[in-house]
Amino acid sequence: MILTLSEAISEFVHNGDSVAMEGFTHLIPFTAGDEIIRQGLRDLTLIRMTPDLIYDRLIGAGCASKLIFSWGGNPGVGSLHRFRDAIQNSWPRPLEIEEHTHAGFANRYLAGASGLPFAILRGYQGSDLLEHTQNVKLIECPFTGERLAAVRAINPDVTIIHAQQADREGNVLLWGITGIQKEAALAAKRVIVTVEEIVDSFEPKMNSTIIPAFVISAICVSPGGSRPSYALDYYERDNDAYIAWNTISKERDTFTEWLQREVLMGQKGPVS
Amino acid sequence: MSNLLESKEVLWSADEMMTVSAARSLTNSDTCFVGIGIPSTAAILAKATHAPRLTLIYESGTIDTNPTRLPLSIGDGELAQTALTVVSLPEIFNYWLQAGRIKIGFLGAAQIDKFGNINTTIIGSSYDNPKVRLPGAGGATEIAGACVNTTIICRQSTRTFLEKIDFITSCGFGSGPGSRHAFGLTGNGPKNVITDIGILEPDPETCELVLTQIHENVTREQAVESTGWNLKISDNLKVTQPPTIQELQILRALNAPAESKQ
Repeated sequence: MILTLSEAISEFVHNGDSVAMEGFTHLIPFTAGDEIIRQGLRDLTLIRMTPDLIYDRLIGAGCASKLIFSWGGNPGVGSLHRFRDAIQNSWPRPLEIEEHTHAGFANRYLAGASGLPFAILRGYQGSDLLEHTQNVKLIECPFTGERLAAVRAINPDVTIIHAQQADREGNVLLWGITGIQKEAALAAKRVIVTVEEIVDSFEPKMNSTIIPAFVISAICVSPGGSRPSYALDYYERDNDAYIAWNTISKERDTFTEWLQREVLMGQKGPVS
Repeated sequence: MSNLLESKEVLWSADEMMTVSAARSLTNSDTCFVGIGIPSTAAILAKATHAPRLTLIYESGTIDTNPTRLPLSIGDGELAQTALTVVSLPEIFNYWLQAGRIKIGFLGAAQIDKFGNINTTIIGSSYDNPKVRLPGAGGATEIAGACVNTTIICRQSTRTFLEKIDFITSCGFGSGPGSRHAFGLTGNGPKNVITDIGILEPDPETCELVLTQIHENVTREQAVESTGWNLKISDNLKVTQPPTIQELQILRALNAPAESKQ
């Protein structure tokens, strides 16, 4: 079903939902994140391996009551200041956190996509994280007796991803670094995909990943929808914007002014 | 800097010496799981100098990638476009890392203790009310657990090299001999810690990090003063060869585009 982004968010994302917006550095669904801010959604449990700038905005805008994550930095630049301010000072509201390792988090999605209650991995052991994190327990392998980490399946109410293309039947094609998007989509109850464009047919690409139409709730055409991250073969990562975010987000007032100007008042994303 | 070849005395920074030392530790036959920042710079420098066939793997799923410039993040397009193959996150962590197929993990740290345990999670005494919230584990916990060996690269000071760190994010040797086995960690743990002072290696008996190599122009006193525990110094302390002109030129060329933007 092809909807405008505004229609898709208002139909499929509700206050209090658990929302995963994935894309590992590549294809981060920024425009959809900004639309959630504009629609004023609240009390979301935000799920994402790397909160990145997309969740720094949502956290600073007060949309989230909980964050589940595994690495909360501005890649290659430093801190995520809104994320830090929320955890250290409860601004603009308290933020509960649940923290994992990347390997553990990836396996939580894997279990979720597989319809299993948990996944196992050799992980977390020797780390203090084990005693501070919910949804990880050590179990004994029934065959070898080895002690392994069990991580509970994660099944978001809604997963939102960005992809390069959809075809006219509503199948989705993404390529390049595809991260955890397939697992995050298949783990979710509802799936929204924003795409660069709709094409007549797909061509083979590096690491092509196809998500069939029958698991997708809505497709929204959103050219540039993952800026300032990137869409391989469409546009490059805007590294300068990641560096500039460090200054914009550092103080509450510069952030709030930016949010007002660029997201709340701005005409970002398709207004179709 | 531009007249390196003509200058009589080649000068270099402590960070450059650290990066060059880390690059030299890699060989053509290594497979290296690379963290972003100085570890990534060092790994790319190794490939651009003495180890062109070194296999670089980033947690974004890029296997045998051949970047010609420094990526800002572990998932830059440059890494995907120059890779032999790109795989999903469950595949990179489960099939490649967890299964023990990667020889060297190249990691950074905000704090490190004498057993090579590293903290990248919080500064302060309370996890729930941290003084400073750091990014967290990312791939590091399982890289530290499953790579055959790890190399940790970080600046050495009494702020970073501590008797007791605030949080163990990724295990080195835990509380000493036997800890890794008890935790079920399959890799051998830290092979060395490369700093702006020198190189530390674990004592085979006690697992405690010992200074085995010191960079040129650094004194033993400086090494001791930059360490938050009672640093042991090897009887056979070696002195690092200074960076060559070629190493410095390539390193500075790699860093130039990033520095011009900061």
